[in-house]
Amino acid sequence: MNAVLIALLVLPLLGAALTLAPVFGADPATADRRALTFNTAVSGLVFLLTVALAAGFDHDEPARMQATTDLSWIPALDVRLHLGVDGVSLPLIVLTSLLTLLCAGYSQRRLPGGEGVPSARAFVGLFLLLETGMLATFAVLDLILFFLAFEIVLIPMYFLIARWGSGRKVPAANRFILYTLLGSAVMLLGFLLIGTKAGTFDMQALANAHGNGLSHTTQVTAGLAIMIGLAVKAPAWPLHSWLPDAHTAAPTVGSVLLAGVLLKMGTYGLVRVLLPIVPDGSATLAPYLGAFAAVGIVYGSLACLALARPGAKGDLKRLIAYSSVGHMGFVLLGIASLTPVGVNGALFANIAHGLITGLLFFVVGALKDRYGTADLDTLAGATGAALYGRAPRLGALLAFAAVASLGLPGLAGFWGELLAMFGAFDPAAGLSRPAFVTYMVLAGLGTLLTAAYLLIVVRRVCMGDPAQPAAAADLPDLRRYEAVSWTPLAALTLLAGLWPALLLGLSEPAVQHLLGGG
Amino acid sequence: MPAAQLATTLGPQLSSHLTGQPTVTSLAVADPGGLIQSVDWVAVAPPLIAALAGLAVLLADLFLPERRKKLLGRFAVAGLALAVAALLPLTGGTPRSTFCLQDVQGTAGCSYVADHFALVFQLLALGGALIAALLSVHTVDEAKLPGGEYWFLLLSSASGAALLPAARDLATLVVALEVASLPAFALVALRRDGRGAEAALKFFLSSVTATAVMLLGVAFVYAATGSLHLGVIADALPHAPAQLKPVAEAGAVLVLVGFAFKVAVVPFHFWVPDTYVGAPLPVAGYLSVVGKAAGLAGLALVTSIGFRAYGHSWGPVLAVLAALTMTAGNVAALRQRPDTEHGAVRLLAWSSVGQAGYLLVPIAAAGYRPGPDALGATAAYGLIYGVVNLGAFAVAAVVGRSTGNRLDDYRGLFATRRWTALALAFFLLCLAGLPPGVIGLFGKVVVFRAAVDAGLGWLAVVMAANVVIALFYYLVWTAKLFAPGPAAAPAAAGAGAPAVRLPVSLTATVALTAAAAVVLSVLPQLVLQVAGGSLF
Repeated sequence: MNAVLIALLVLPLLGAALTLAPVFGADPATADRRALTFNTAVSGLVFLLTVALAAGFDHDEPARMQATTDLSWIPALDVRLHLGVDGVSLPLIVLTSLLTLLCAGYSQRRLPGGEGVPSARAFVGLFLLLETGMLATFAVLDLILFFLAFEIVLIPMYFLIARWGSGRKVPAANRFILYTLLGSAVMLLGFLLIGTKAGTFDMQALANAHGNGLSHTTQVTAGLAIMIGLAVKAPAWPLHSWLPDAHTAAPTVGSVLLAGVLLKMGTYGLVRVLLPIVPDGSATLAPYLGAFAAVGIVYGSLACLALARPGAKGDLKRLIAYSSVGHMGFVLLGIASLTPVGVNGALFANIAHGLITGLLFFVVGALKDRYGTADLDTLAGATGAALYGRAPRLGALLAFAAVASLGLPGLAGFWGELLAMFGAFDPAAGLSRPAFVTYMVLAGLGTLLTAAYLLIVVRRVCMGDPAQPAAAADLPDLRRYEAVSWTPLAALTLLAGLWPALLLGLSEPAVQHLLGGG
Repeated sequence: MPAAQLATTLGPQLSSHLTGQPTVTSLAVADPGGLIQSVDWVAVAPPLIAALAGLAVLLADLFLPERRKKLLGRFAVAGLALAVAALLPLTGGTPRSTFCLQDVQGTAGCSYVADHFALVFQLLALGGALIAALLSVHTVDEAKLPGGEYWFLLLSSASGAALLPAARDLATLVVALEVASLPAFALVALRRDGRGAEAALKFFLSSVTATAVMLLGVAFVYAATGSLHLGVIADALPHAPAQLKPVAEAGAVLVLVGFAFKVAVVPFHFWVPDTYVGAPLPVAGYLSVVGKAAGLAGLALVTSIGFRAYGHSWGPVLAVLAALTMTAGNVAALRQRPDTEHGAVRLLAWSSVGQAGYLLVPIAAAGYRPGPDALGATAAYGLIYGVVNLGAFAVAAVVGRSTGNRLDDYRGLFATRRWTALALAFFLLCLAGLPPGVIGLFGKVVVFRAAVDAGLGWLAVVMAANVVIALFYYLVWTAKLFAPGPAAAPAAAGAGAPAVRLPVSLTATVALTAAAAVVLSVLPQLVLQVAGGSLF
């Protein structure tokens, strides 16, 4: 089992290194084609490994760290190669490998090309490096390694946005990397403070100590630094402003991975590091986190409503990015409640958001390819884009994703947000109940606004008069490779909605353990 | 070390005279044979080999016919490699010391100690000089620099820089610092155009001023404590008579100023960009690594051994200087325009000022938390910085050969010189401290840790902000490498002519530094072990 987990991290790294070697042939076109196939093969293999990992995972004891490896790497810094998965990280690892596989398959057919875009080999190298970083973030159990993994994703994502993106891509990519790096540098200071005071960087040992040996001041200072760093990544209002630009400029696969995985690294860090390692600090900071989360929920949905208005020149990708701010607000609210219910809800919402927003970005990316723009006004024309009439399958999928995103019961979006609000309704002992009930009410308002803007989007994009002149002359319906890469997401959205116990059963004991209750 | 010897012998007399205690004449030595020192030649081998090689090159230059002058460079490189190899026998066992004095009270003061601190900084100085020498081999040929002089100056300066970290008395420190610096002025001036002369003059005037100030400081410290040996000074300072306290404190400050200049700490950093641009490129690389290493080693020695007792006062001063230095360097680097002549070298110059700020952080931290542990962070970061910065200079030399050294000249380098571009990208990311430049990241982690350990939270936050500023300019440069080439027309013209073959020495330098950086990224323990424990 632990070999599987190691292979999971080493395989994409080796793959990335291999793209530097001249192994794909001399002819550029052939080499590019082979590299993209190679990408899919490696990602597929990694996905199979995660499936094996999930199958070999002892589901009776999800709170226990499994498939662990603990090797000394840098004794001077007391950094250990400590890896392992539990019920919190397993779903995220599976989600990551699934999304990367789908993106790899999709990019095999649909890689942005054209003037000044680098070769596909460079894309594959960066893509596999990105996968290594994402998987490592969820698999490592050492604070310094966590920081390292957190940083690995920056350079590949920077280049994916800056070189394969569209529009104002370079400023957007700069903004992304500078914001995130500032956040993670501050987070590192928090880690080092903990390491200095507690004498170890081992996340498991620190979580088991549950804040023993760390003074309240240390906990609050370190907790604040860590929270700021992770909140930039999540992103929490008001540190979110890099996100809409990055999403708007990023290529489709970049957007999918950014929303589907990279944002989760922030919230995962909160659950894995902040809550168990500095519990007192978390308790002090939780009300503020909750407040920012609640504002984020309302702010995100209001921004979306403004973008969805006719005549607002709203970019559809930008709109989904803002909706992510809102959805991640629910996740943060659940975490801030410090209750098992809330944190479980947050973790569930995390996965659900990855599935649904991944799907949304895929569909919108396809629309952007077809229309040449994601501008809602151009798409909709006078009456609406009438996808139901022109490209019924595409329209149906968009509507499905939008409805899932607004939290329709029976689909994945529902449970997480409901549980997060439950958590806020009855927060952990010591937290101000009135404050959290207020946050819950705001979040409830947010769900209404979310429903409003998503329905507006569906009306303006899917409905309309098919007879009016279309913005795109040729509008092919769902292509085969699109169907292949999107169906798993839609199916899992349905499955997670109908059978939430699948995920909650995994995360519940682990969360209890992290919160110190079991 | 006659000066030091004399001073220590006379020391007790002078101090007792000043304090009015009964005088003991230390000239009456019980065992006259003890006056003849036995020198531990193995311990002094590294700087000695470099110095002897320098002399040998100078002599050989007189006798070699013109067409065989190329051999001089190879000889110099071999000499430096031998000097580096001479460090090996010293690594195991207890620290060796030599040039020791035994005075009447029985307190021993050694002028040369080859402990871990000395070895690490000697490795940095000699290794840096070795890479710089490799880099110089083709420059000397192509720029028609006078070979004998060039190699002699380089080796002399390297031997001074290697002597300095092992020196344990102020006189030897000053002598070593001057041996390291004086040849450097001449090296800068070797380029025979107006720029070289101007650069050398700037460098010379500011350096000489700093040396004069430092000598005054040494005199003050000597007056107050009666010794030049750092260990003795450390013991004497807390017990210095009250009326001499101001003298001692002023002396300490003045000595620090001298070293601060070599490290190019703010307000003494203005000479850096002009000097780097005016100097031959390998010399600029040499100054940015070896020159800094010498200054830092001296600073670390005087602060954490000699002036240990004043930690509460130089600690905060160094912390503020570190913050100012990194900010000034990084902001200036950020303001470099992509189309300035020699923009790349200027950027490296300013960024080296910024990096000097990071290197100062652990030394400042040592003032807050007595104990030499923090210094390991400076040593480790210095080694890492030395490898990747010289690597970046090597690539700058490669690019400078075919085109200019504006930042814009690096556009599309990946398309023409794939591996060179990848190496430079790796070096820059290491300097920025972002994966895949893992070793750069860990270097920063070590420095951050030193600051956090010492409770210097504000400095850590300032440094975090600086890391972000620095990332931006490094990243802009990195992105240029992979950007599409400078329009299609020149590309078509260039496509006909195959890329000019690089001299072997240049390729070797880039490959060596890149390989070292990659190996260190996989096995950071190799260099970080320096930061693990005490160096003394």
